Amino acid sequence: MDDSLFTETADGVALVGSRCDDCGAYTFPRQGGCPRCTGSAMVDVPLSRTGTLWTWTVQGFRPKPPYTGTAAYEPYGVGYAELPGELLVETRLTETDPARLRIGMPLRLELVPFADDEQGEPVHTFAFVEDTHD
Amino acid sequence: MTEVAIVGIGMHRFGRTDGVSGRAQAAHAAREALRDAGLWFSDMQFAFGGSHSAGDADTLVSELGLTGLPFINVYNGCATGGSALIAAEAAIRSGRADVGIVIGFDKHERGAFNTDPAEHGIGSWYGETGLMVTTQFFGMKIQRYLHDHGIAPDVLSLIAEKAFRNGALNPMAWRRRELSAAEIAAAPMISHPLTQYMYCSPGEGAVALVLCRADRARDHTGEPVFLRGASLRSRRYGSFEVFGPWLAAERGESPTVDAARDAFARAGIAPSEVDVAQIQDTESGAELMHLAETGLCAHGEQEKLIIDGATAIGGALPVNTDGGCLANGEPIGASGLRQVYENVLQLRGAAGAHQVPDRPRVGFTHVYGAPGVSACTVLTR
Repeated sequence: MDDSLFTETADGVALVGSRCDDCGAYTFPRQGGCPRCTGSAMVDVPLSRTGTLWTWTVQGFRPKPPYTGTAAYEPYGVGYAELPGELLVETRLTETDPARLRIGMPLRLELVPFADDEQGEPVHTFAFVEDTHD
Repeated sequence: MTEVAIVGIGMHRFGRTDGVSGRAQAAHAAREALRDAGLWFSDMQFAFGGSHSAGDADTLVSELGLTGLPFINVYNGCATGGSALIAAEAAIRSGRADVGIVIGFDKHERGAFNTDPAEHGIGSWYGETGLMVTTQFFGMKIQRYLHDHGIAPDVLSLIAEKAFRNGALNPMAWRRRELSAAEIAAAPMISHPLTQYMYCSPGEGAVALVLCRADRARDHTGEPVFLRGASLRSRRYGSFEVFGPWLAAERGESPTVDAARDAFARAGIAPSEVDVAQIQDTESGAELMHLAETGLCAHGEQEKLIIDGATAIGGALPVNTDGGCLANGEPIGASGLRQVYENVLQLRGAAGAHQVPDRPRVGFTHVYGAPGVSACTVLTR
């Protein structure tokens, strides 16, 4: 997985985005130009590790390459997590049951295995899971 | 300023045509359009055209004629045809040329589109982890839309049912078998809440249009159709488009809203005056959302319009009368021009079994593509 997407914080692993020093706009992943004010004063920031589900779907078939998921395909949820005051991040969801996914549900970031490397070891990516600790 | 007319239309049937290249289909469509206008390729003063995966359009001159005309390749995703048309419109409206041709064609392999993240400026992780899938975007966009406007998902089956009913009436369509809403709803789920039959498939096909100065249109056809307004827009900050690893916290208008508003303004025609519309229905939800984004109805009003049959061929606002992308499939480069071809047939009163009654006067087209490009036209007879 692309390590440049992540950073360690006191609370655990977080996604890294950019924030525009001029207008305050956020992006994910980090980028050098601001898509709101066209400036270039972008600074790296760890993004919120919690948010709410803004929309969702469930991937019903194994995607073509460049998808590299495990040979045994398992459907996965996909959604946008709304990180308060920052932005919405497109993410895998660990929940795959449409009956258990709902817009507005609380979420928190986790790293989950999604593929196997050449040694058969799991490769991790980010996902959001239902946050039941509220 | 010089006004613009469409005086010739040509098409290669959409679907799967094994053994016939995308370029050969394009050459066929171009010859048909020239024949329809009573013109020769040597009369053309310009050409704009493109495909996504069937080769460079400008090489068609080896088939159509080595006349030395300026031929510009257009590569703008699903908006390729719309973009070629807008370039042609500008060439005539500015007075630079009197007559020219636009050509859109494609030939895709079977199965869903797959795209290299690098072409969109996104890291390889986005494709590897299974997020770069267009069907997901459509599932997520309609999910949020249904939530925001209190629309029941049942309407998605009705939209697809209408598409296949219209496609069955259209000899140029790919999918010509009617499907019931119940069959559509029961099909395998692709990206919740959208089932297999609610999505269009990549396909093959070609369309060409001959355009000329409006004041000379009757030299070439007894049934000119006038291109009153055409507009192309990309996405704004805050709009929700395909291949977006992130979205802004604040919501913005979609490129469809901007392009449609501008096309209507240029035409001096209101959305309420539209008699027949072809709008991008990459999947059922897209037709639902684009109906409102184009200004043809208010957000949330669609459910009643569709249930009441207003968007059927005999209704008050017939939409996707040729079966749309759902019944025709999507050859990316040709799709936007297919919509214009269909509207020209409708305004000429020549659409046969799928003709809208009472001969429509105003036609509207809308095409939408990754990563958030929309092109719209307003046509009149």
